[in-house]
Amino acid sequence: MSKESAKIKEPFVRIVKRDGATFRNKLAARAVAILLALVVDAVFIFSVTGLNPLAVYGVMFNGTFMTSVRFSWAMRDLVTLLCIGIALAPAFKMRFWNIGAEGQVLMGGLATALVMVKFGQSMSAPMLFLTMFLTSVIAGGIWGFVPAFFKAYWNTNETLFTLMMNYVATSIVACMTNIMRGKASSLGKLNMSNQAGWFPQFLGQRYNINILIVVILTFVMYFYLKYSKQGYEISVVGESENTARYAGINVKRVTIRTMILSGAICGLVGFLIVAGRDQTISTTSAGGNGFTAIIVAWLAKFNTFYMALISFLLIFLSRGASEIASAYSLNDFAASIIEGIILFFILGSEFFINYKMVFRGSKHKEVR
Amino acid sequence: MEYAVQLKNVTKTFGKVVANKDVSLDIRKGEILSLLGENGSGKTTLMNMIAGIYYPDEGEIFVNGAPVEIRSPKDAYNLGIGMIHQHFKLIDVFTAVENIALGLEKSEKFDMKAIQAKTQEICDRYHFDLNLSQKVYEMSVSQKQTLEIVKVLYRGADILILDEPTAVLTPQETERLFEVIRNMKNDNKSVIIITHKLHEVLEISDRVAILRKGEYIGAVDTKDATENSLTEMMVGKKVELNIQRSEPENTVKRLSISNLTVYNKEKVKVLDDISFDAYGGEILGIAGISGNGQKELLEAIAGLQVTAEGSSIRFYERGKESSPMELVGRTPKKIRDAGIHLAFVPEDRLGMGLVGSMGMTGNMLLKSYGRGRLPITDTKGPKQLAERVKKELEVVTPSINTPVSRLSGGNVQKVLVGREIAEEPTVLMTAYAVRGLDINTSYTIYNLLDEEKKKGVAVIYVGEDLDVLIDLCDRILVLCDGKANGIVEGRRTTKEEVGLLMTNLKKGGAENE
Repeated sequence: MSKESAKIKEPFVRIVKRDGATFRNKLAARAVAILLALVVDAVFIFSVTGLNPLAVYGVMFNGTFMTSVRFSWAMRDLVTLLCIGIALAPAFKMRFWNIGAEGQVLMGGLATALVMVKFGQSMSAPMLFLTMFLTSVIAGGIWGFVPAFFKAYWNTNETLFTLMMNYVATSIVACMTNIMRGKASSLGKLNMSNQAGWFPQFLGQRYNINILIVVILTFVMYFYLKYSKQGYEISVVGESENTARYAGINVKRVTIRTMILSGAICGLVGFLIVAGRDQTISTTSAGGNGFTAIIVAWLAKFNTFYMALISFLLIFLSRGASEIASAYSLNDFAASIIEGIILFFILGSEFFINYKMVFRGSKHKEVR
Repeated sequence: MEYAVQLKNVTKTFGKVVANKDVSLDIRKGEILSLLGENGSGKTTLMNMIAGIYYPDEGEIFVNGAPVEIRSPKDAYNLGIGMIHQHFKLIDVFTAVENIALGLEKSEKFDMKAIQAKTQEICDRYHFDLNLSQKVYEMSVSQKQTLEIVKVLYRGADILILDEPTAVLTPQETERLFEVIRNMKNDNKSVIIITHKLHEVLEISDRVAILRKGEYIGAVDTKDATENSLTEMMVGKKVELNIQRSEPENTVKRLSISNLTVYNKEKVKVLDDISFDAYGGEILGIAGISGNGQKELLEAIAGLQVTAEGSSIRFYERGKESSPMELVGRTPKKIRDAGIHLAFVPEDRLGMGLVGSMGMTGNMLLKSYGRGRLPITDTKGPKQLAERVKKELEVVTPSINTPVSRLSGGNVQKVLVGREIAEEPTVLMTAYAVRGLDINTSYTIYNLLDEEKKKGVAVIYVGEDLDVLIDLCDRILVLCDGKANGIVEGRRTTKEEVGLLMTNLKKGGAENE
């Protein structure tokens, strides 16, 4: 290279695509991101509240890890979120934007609750659980089937459709809970007297059954998407419908089948929430997890094991944030800002994993 | 000698890929320069740096003798450089003139009448055939391209870059485009044209610059060049530019199509009462101006089109010649399940034939993933097949797991053709098998098809290059307006005869000969 070229002014900074970052590089980038986030957070905490940032971080950590009970609560919340993420994975992989998980979970939960109330006294425990499971899965499946059917046959927009189905589900639940509670002021725990339809204690907690089921599902869904024929069909349909038709795949059938699966797993989450966690149902039973799970599924690029990590991060942050809020009697917004900064940096690190910046004057030499 | 653009020691890399390495190239004022090179040789990247889409990693660019810095397409426009991309950048619901107005500087006065008048003046000067108040979605591909050129000229470009402009044009439209390019040259504008078609290079350009694997090989005056000498520079070694055509032996009827009619979604007849036979051991060419039913014809045979009543597609599978199978009404899966060996290389490689995000292995699975009783896919066979295709067809890919969308066009096609041939088809259909491919890969494909023919396969070749059709095919079916307008013998026909059949519908259509 001649010296003359240095005379020309390059742009101050250019963005260059990075090719295949190694696993270690990716790990390093994320670690640096978290470190930076903690530094920025520290500045924020100190300048706004005057508290010792390290002490605040300690409290935040305590939110999940102080006692074994807290840890198990965190795990309970984690699997709820994770399981919805698992449910969304096949739909998203097919590029079917199912944002109706919230409603599908609610319908599953409602079906479970109705069975508990209706048959709690009359059925034997195994039969009762089986019925609760089946009705929840069917209810969620129907909520997934309807938008898929319309999409397959009349090409309706699935995003709007699934979103609107959420409101329908919420209204149905509101209506049914009002009927069920009768004159009481609130619904309260269902079947309080005989605990029919409550998950039995397992290793000391009812919701340990939830955790076990979701762990199994994590593996099953991973293998389903990666190695099964149906998983392959989902990938092809998601990539190009024309290719799918060319390959002899029945696109309508795959679309409907996959959404029934997605809705059914959401319905299962409703079952787990009602039988294993709340023992009751309300319009807020899904608690926004149906939407948060969209982020989980996307960030993990539909890999269920990454989903577990990301769910953990989100739960850790939100529990930490509420812990800070109560320990220092800060308002929730301050805690949310701390949470937000950490998330922002982690998402930002994705950019630096895929691209790098070249500054003026630096020797951008990759040519050998 | 006055230079419009000079590149000095320009280098551009993407990650580890070196797209251009130390390229120095001059473009003279008032000349037509062809930029020639195989797929992936860095032609488009180089031009994108002049047009401000990319910024070079190293090296300098001079325009009209002065060093310049082109950071954006706007900078390029200000220097009088305009590029017409392969994919048009137009707003469909706007008229021609509105699209032109779109590119104006904010400071300029928005006066539609003045813009219209100035545009009309440009059209008259260079003899552009353009209706200025027509909406873009109503335009043909050629009209859209004309509009792109007018748009660039309106903004005062003196240096025009055309990226494979003839790839989408019919022979007649190409002629008209060349006419316009010559007019622009006479107006002392510089035109750079990227193309794969050697005869066009020889016809239109004054000089030819050649790139090979990102490096500049040299430039020659067109009058001193021949197709062979250019190919040699491009590929780096002597290449035989003869298409093999073996004599058909033991031809057996494999496909018999009668009264095939297809309506498209808008209920317009796209195939009209087509009848013909295809034989094993021969290559049947299908000629026609693009959009005259070729796509629908192949898709109908493959089970991807709904056919009208009365249509019949009979398939004579090997060993079952006495009991032909009716394909009408069968889906691709049913056709496959019925034991029919029908291979199809569709026009849209990544949008129909392959899954872009998957590697070679995943794509080999596409038609065979359903095999076996287990619910899981068996990847062992496809993996071996991928390795075999990679080796035998010399597919350039970092690994058989690299997503095929990252491969160059030629390699993508090799993956697709490799998979289809591997199934040992009885009938092999290909649509525009060499479109966008460089000369070396094109000849590889021609030879592969001839090999298949020798094995007794009935090959159907839909093509656009008449010279190739006439040199490669035994018989050529010419489509015109969705009708079969005649079948000619490849060895006896002429370009003129086929061209005439493509454009002039015979009275009452043609009989199947």
